[in-house]
Amino acid sequence: MTYKTDLPVMMPVTQRKAEPFLRLKLWHGVPIALLFIIATSLAFAAEGDEKQSPLAVLMNWAPLLLQGFIFNLVISVSAMSLGTAVGALLGLGQISPNRAMSGSSWIITQFFRNAPWLVLLFFAMFLLPFEVSIFGLAIPFPDWFKAILGLSLPVMANVSEIVRGAVKSLPSGQWEAAESLAYTRRQTLWLIILPQCVKRMLPPWMNLYSILTMATVLASIVGVSEVMTLTGRALSAEGGRPELLAPFYGFVLLLFFAYCYPIARFTVRLEKKFAVIN
Amino acid sequence: MEFFFEWFRVLYQETGINLPFLYDSYDRNRMFDGFLTTIWLSLVCLFFSVIIGVIGAWLQASSFTWTRRIVNGYIQLFRNTPPLVQLYFFYFAIGTLLPRVENDWGGQSPLFGSFAWAAISLSFFAGAFNVEIFRSGIEAVPKSTVEAAEALGFSKLQIYKDITLPLAFRVVLPALNNNLVNLVKTTTLAYAIAVPEMLYEANQIWSDNVNVTEMMIFLLLAYFALVGVLVGGMNRWERSMKIPGYG
Repeated sequence: MTYKTDLPVMMPVTQRKAEPFLRLKLWHGVPIALLFIIATSLAFAAEGDEKQSPLAVLMNWAPLLLQGFIFNLVISVSAMSLGTAVGALLGLGQISPNRAMSGSSWIITQFFRNAPWLVLLFFAMFLLPFEVSIFGLAIPFPDWFKAILGLSLPVMANVSEIVRGAVKSLPSGQWEAAESLAYTRRQTLWLIILPQCVKRMLPPWMNLYSILTMATVLASIVGVSEVMTLTGRALSAEGGRPELLAPFYGFVLLLFFAYCYPIARFTVRLEKKFAVIN
Repeated sequence: MEFFFEWFRVLYQETGINLPFLYDSYDRNRMFDGFLTTIWLSLVCLFFSVIIGVIGAWLQASSFTWTRRIVNGYIQLFRNTPPLVQLYFFYFAIGTLLPRVENDWGGQSPLFGSFAWAAISLSFFAGAFNVEIFRSGIEAVPKSTVEAAEALGFSKLQIYKDITLPLAFRVVLPALNNNLVNLVKTTTLAYAIAVPEMLYEANQIWSDNVNVTEMMIFLLLAYFALVGVLVGGMNRWERSMKIPGYG
């Protein structure tokens, strides 16, 4: 029950995202990255004449690190598609009128949502076999594939919650109107409810994708050769020079920032566009 | 109690389900220490991230453009980069730049250990989210309330501390709890810099006993229970702090 008053106790809460940082555009990332790398390497340029400057070393390794980063993106996209496909089914299971179905879907969702990503990744890494044989045909399970499976588990649970939340957020009048027009439950869901949900699901779904992309570095802990692993190897190949640490890790931070920040901005814009004004 | 523990040794001998953290006192202590470390790390990060959130939200309402820009930059940087890379950056890159101090045995040791760096890094990570959360709450406090406080002669800091924040705190509690639950799950990252928390100790035990399956399942259940207890407690707190007739 809401009251109309001139002096409300509290205003409605609106979760707003941060305003754009200095109104940065995507292309600003390039000069900032250069500035950052040059600044960090200049700071150390004074010492070590015979050694290469940190910037030069970083430039040597940058193509390899970029390749590793692209591998990260491949992992994130595959885990997202897999997690979304299974999670959407699980989410539909959660809103099913069948008690056993909705109960079991709810338990699965809660279990995978409450477990830390890293633990789930370990779970997939150590408990999946390295190959499965179907009809005498051995299908190998490489590390990166297990990492995709491990990362798609929490994605699945989160997508399931997004689907459930979106369906629950629709006014019940939609269901009732469809029922009065003699739509079956399946028709209502596919023709009336879900098309309206897509709009509501898109921003949180993109948010989740951004979180997943940032979680792909976890795969380095379990030994997948992605950007973090390659950074560690590059650093040890350079003889563990301490002045290289800041530029290298800073470079990885920047790579992720350059990828995730535009997604975050785009999500905010979508949220504003799809906002329901009531 | 000893009988209970011995039962698991029998279980192992009979069925092969190996749970050494129950029947072996050494592994039991390790696991328990790991559990305590996880909780302690969570509490420290919880405390500091809320402090960062409160201070950041206050700074974000400052009238200086550059203060707001710096806070925004901090938020965007920490929200859009992987927490693990942040942790590595803090621990390896900044940790090596800091001066070393002499320890009790006359040797050189880093200024901050891995636990301290994990606490710092994760607090900043969760703090970036908390700033946004607190700000949304502060914006929900009506202007007339603030004006009334101004009319009563409250200073800016007093208004924030005594009027805005207590009101805002109640409405942001759901969002805040969500973030804090995420923080507890993120403490597993401290494994990467060898903080002896639950995942790390479990790893040690499965390396010694080669019982990955049992330890993994136990670990999943343990985190599930830990987060479940936290969510339950937070929900109760939310209900008791609810503003009547609002929301």
